[in-house]
Amino acid sequence: MSIDATDRAIIEALQSGLPLVPAPYAEVAKKLGLEESDLTTRLAAMKESGVIRRIAAAPNHYKLGMIANGMTVWDVDDAVLAEVGPKVGALPFVTHSYERPRALPDWPYNLFAMVHGSSREEVEEKRQQIVDLLGDALRSSDTLYSTRILKKTGLRLRKKGG
Amino acid sequence: MTALDDIDRALVNALQDDLPLDHRPFAPLAEKLGLTEEALLDRVRALRASGVLTRFGPFFDAAAMGGAFCLCAMEVPADRFDEVNDKVNAHPEVAHNYERSHKLNMWFVLACETPEGIAKIAARIEDETGLKVLQFPKLQEFYIGFRVAA
Repeated sequence: MSIDATDRAIIEALQSGLPLVPAPYAEVAKKLGLEESDLTTRLAAMKESGVIRRIAAAPNHYKLGMIANGMTVWDVDDAVLAEVGPKVGALPFVTHSYERPRALPDWPYNLFAMVHGSSREEVEEKRQQIVDLLGDALRSSDTLYSTRILKKTGLRLRKKGG
Repeated sequence: MTALDDIDRALVNALQDDLPLDHRPFAPLAEKLGLTEEALLDRVRALRASGVLTRFGPFFDAAAMGGAFCLCAMEVPADRFDEVNDKVNAHPEVAHNYERSHKLNMWFVLACETPEGIAKIAARIEDETGLKVLQFPKLQEFYIGFRVAA
């Protein structure tokens, strides 16, 4: 998917968020010199192609009391990863889950699943459900708790060539 | 922990769903919660001001625009942590950075406009710090919801 200059202007206008007004698309379109229908057609196309995943709220886990952030990592038999990966991802408390490459010998884990909870005990309980789900496919695992946020910014488009 | 009433909780949960591309996209939710659109938006503004919501808007995928993300990790000696952190965070391509409880104690995400950018920035960080940057690119995505129940 390639984006043109108008799409880029739309992304730049929206990367810090949508205006909180009853007709937000009309307001953004006006600012960009577009018709509202042009803007929403382009946004629909960007959703279709995956450039926009969704238009929604980003909650702060910590402010909601989810103060334990555990990156659970798993060494799962490659032969069954495609089968069990989506099952782990579908657990309601897993906020994102990916297959990533191992970095042997120190890092044998190929499945990552982020689990948030109100305490480390809660994360451990949830983690046990992943242990149960993986069963014989599991070889080893670990949980890396975040102890400090060192930086957190959203996507920032830089000027072309920058 | 921020005290939220039931309507705020319902809002935080509902606003994690995709907002329709309609002229008045908040109207159906306002009606469902028995609020006017303005009352709903006042609550959303308050949730943003208090930091419960960090933003409200499109979630963009840099990879779908031809860009790339990569999770990276470093083993940083404790006595060099702050110095290395400053060097890593100085790169605008570093989108998130977390300290974690592991020998690999620094985990950050590089977001670049091209896939080549990832290797370039990782190599630059290695040069600047003298430490190895392990790269864990996404091979397969099983779920990316970022949902949290309020």
